[in-house]
Amino acid sequence: MSNPARQMVKLLSGNEAIARGAFEAGVKVASAYPGTPSTEILENFARYEGVYAEWAPNEKVAVEVALGASMAGVRALAAMKHVGVNVAADPIFTASYTGVRGGLVIVTADDPELHSSQNEQDNRHYAVAAKIPMLEPSDSEEAKDFTKYAFELSEKFDTPVFLRTTTRISHAKGSVRLGEQTGPPFPPGFVRDPAKWIMLPLNAKKRHFVVEERMRALKEFAETFPGNRIEWGERSLGIITAGVSYQYVREAFPDASVLKLGMAHPMPERLIREFAAGVSRLVVVEELDPFIETHVKALGIRVQGKELIPIVGELDPRIVREGIAGGSAPVRAPEEVPSRPPNLCPGCPHRGLFYVLSKQKVIVTGDIGCYTLAALPPLSTMDTCICMGASIGNAFGIEKALGKAALGKVVAVIGDSTFIHSGITGLIDIVYNRGFSTVIILDNRTTAMTGAQENPATGMTLLKDPTHSLDLPGLCRAIGVEHVVLKRELAREAPSVIITEAPCVLLPDHRKKKRPVYEVITELCTGCKACGKLGCPAIEWVPFTPEEAVAAGKKQAQKGISRINPLLCDGCSQCPQLCKFKAILERKS
Amino acid sequence: MLAGVGGQGILLASEVLCEAFLLGGYDVKKSEVHGMAQRGGAVTTHLRFGPKVNSPLIEPGTADLLVAFEKMEALRFAHYLLPGGTALANSQEIYPPSVATGRERYPAGIEERLREFTPKLFVVDALAAALSLGEVRAVNIVMVGAASHFLPLDEKTYIDALRAFLPEKIVEVNVRAFRAGRGLLPAQV
Repeated sequence: MSNPARQMVKLLSGNEAIARGAFEAGVKVASAYPGTPSTEILENFARYEGVYAEWAPNEKVAVEVALGASMAGVRALAAMKHVGVNVAADPIFTASYTGVRGGLVIVTADDPELHSSQNEQDNRHYAVAAKIPMLEPSDSEEAKDFTKYAFELSEKFDTPVFLRTTTRISHAKGSVRLGEQTGPPFPPGFVRDPAKWIMLPLNAKKRHFVVEERMRALKEFAETFPGNRIEWGERSLGIITAGVSYQYVREAFPDASVLKLGMAHPMPERLIREFAAGVSRLVVVEELDPFIETHVKALGIRVQGKELIPIVGELDPRIVREGIAGGSAPVRAPEEVPSRPPNLCPGCPHRGLFYVLSKQKVIVTGDIGCYTLAALPPLSTMDTCICMGASIGNAFGIEKALGKAALGKVVAVIGDSTFIHSGITGLIDIVYNRGFSTVIILDNRTTAMTGAQENPATGMTLLKDPTHSLDLPGLCRAIGVEHVVLKRELAREAPSVIITEAPCVLLPDHRKKKRPVYEVITELCTGCKACGKLGCPAIEWVPFTPEEAVAAGKKQAQKGISRINPLLCDGCSQCPQLCKFKAILERKS
Repeated sequence: MLAGVGGQGILLASEVLCEAFLLGGYDVKKSEVHGMAQRGGAVTTHLRFGPKVNSPLIEPGTADLLVAFEKMEALRFAHYLLPGGTALANSQEIYPPSVATGRERYPAGIEERLREFTPKLFVVDALAAALSLGEVRAVNIVMVGAASHFLPLDEKTYIDALRAFLPEKIVEVNVRAFRAGRGLLPAQV
């Protein structure tokens, strides 16, 4: 070749690598709803030239859009966090029946250890339940390669393909060799094919046979898939592993024999038997559920797994080493220090609302977002948190259980993006079934928890094109909520929605604004701690001994004073309103 | 291992370090978490480099270098240190909610407790150095500069990494921050 392709190496996170893999595979359409640890896949994919990438209102829509693009003959990708697959499961299970035209890959980013999630479900089970093959990379390089491979598999076997990562794949960086962009082997175009795309029972039953035949063919393919490989070492210990666990195994047992499975479903039966026969002790190392272990046991092979390796939380090399080899390395225990949980940011517009709610005797059903942090002290103003959109249905259920006694006592709080994701139908239920719960939509003009993504109410798309901004009050009125206001509506015997409009302090427009910083005038502070009840990170309590109190010119009994950290203060002016002694003023310098 | 408080720019500092190791010809892996943990919570970045790196996570008791951007966070993650490893801590104190609201006290004697883990303890005032540059957000790169004393790369590699990684308008202040951080410790430590 006169112009050999230069092998460029870059450090990429797993998510960046998946975006790169999708680009190299010639993906034209990608859709997602943001969710840790999956968010950066679409953010990065959107930066490539000539692609369409979007934030969908929720994961179900994302999969439907990607499937539609596949129907029209282009390669398409949908990405979501593990719980997003629950939302998208409906189209996914039937997309398994229809199969694809352009390659279709669905990324599920699982979160063992619940770094930023409400559960730690193991989405490998979805591959079995939906009868869809699943690839599982073990580092960034494989994340890119497997993404490309997934599109080929998808078209070859006429199936959607799952690509499963975990937090330590998605958010770990490693070196990746970049490749050239390729594309699907046929031009786009929608071809009518009712027997494939119209899943009436008549057609779907025929497709079910196709699905079963496909899974048989894929099982055969798994035997030779290069991502499934045996690394022979010492024969006294053989470990079957996959995903990031493979890295921990290689670290903990560099000399052991390893069967690394790059394909979680279907699994290669003959390869597993060959490996098992070649080692004297066989162990499965996997995070979360005994997924591989159960499969190996079903083959009638003796294997150890979850009796050695924890089923809860993520692994590391030490857990793997001690689980298998026994004993424990002499490691010092962590020091006792005050815990440092996450907190609402200084200046966060949610803080004032939750402070006010904390003074009402109400049940607060919460939802998924930054504001869930209001559940922590000192605000402690949230009673439930289940899943996206659940606050509204939960509130209504509590109302129905308690009857009239619940009037003015139940409030649902939900963010703008979460409301659009899956709160709307809950609100329809309240109106339709004649409830009176109050719903507060915390409209901060962004999807804040995942890093400030655009959503249908922000007036901007993922590709930074201006667009229609969803009219939240108008939507609520159209649903039939007559009382859509910005003041307290708890006691009304009718459904009401309160929308608090205040932009997130992390948005660039807000950060550019110069605002005064506040300070506590030491002479005026009586140490009543009223300001501290806001739980603002910038407000610090300075404790006094009796001697220090006297030295500071205070009564001996005063336990301390408040102080505002000028480096953290956002100038939101919420705390001065709480100080009866007018001790909090704008800082002069 | 890098440790600190969400919002201190640890992620960016670790990106710059990774870039520098890559330029220096090493295999690099790093791992961190995004999302909820970032909102003012305790955050860590695991960073490993060498001829070939497998695990993106560091085991407790094996870190050659702990760089803490906040003093108490040095103590929280001190058990990750290899016996005889090096601890570098920023003297800055950021109160966690329980301390800020007066339910607990900020721990006293942190340096003494850290010395029980390792005699190789270095404490610097990265906040003062950043403020003297007029950029409080530069604490992270000041810490990278101080940490560079304990890492096998020359100064130029870090500067190249800063230039390669950062948007142009903030390169210069960060190069100054890096040099200021490097100047916080004597050349032979």
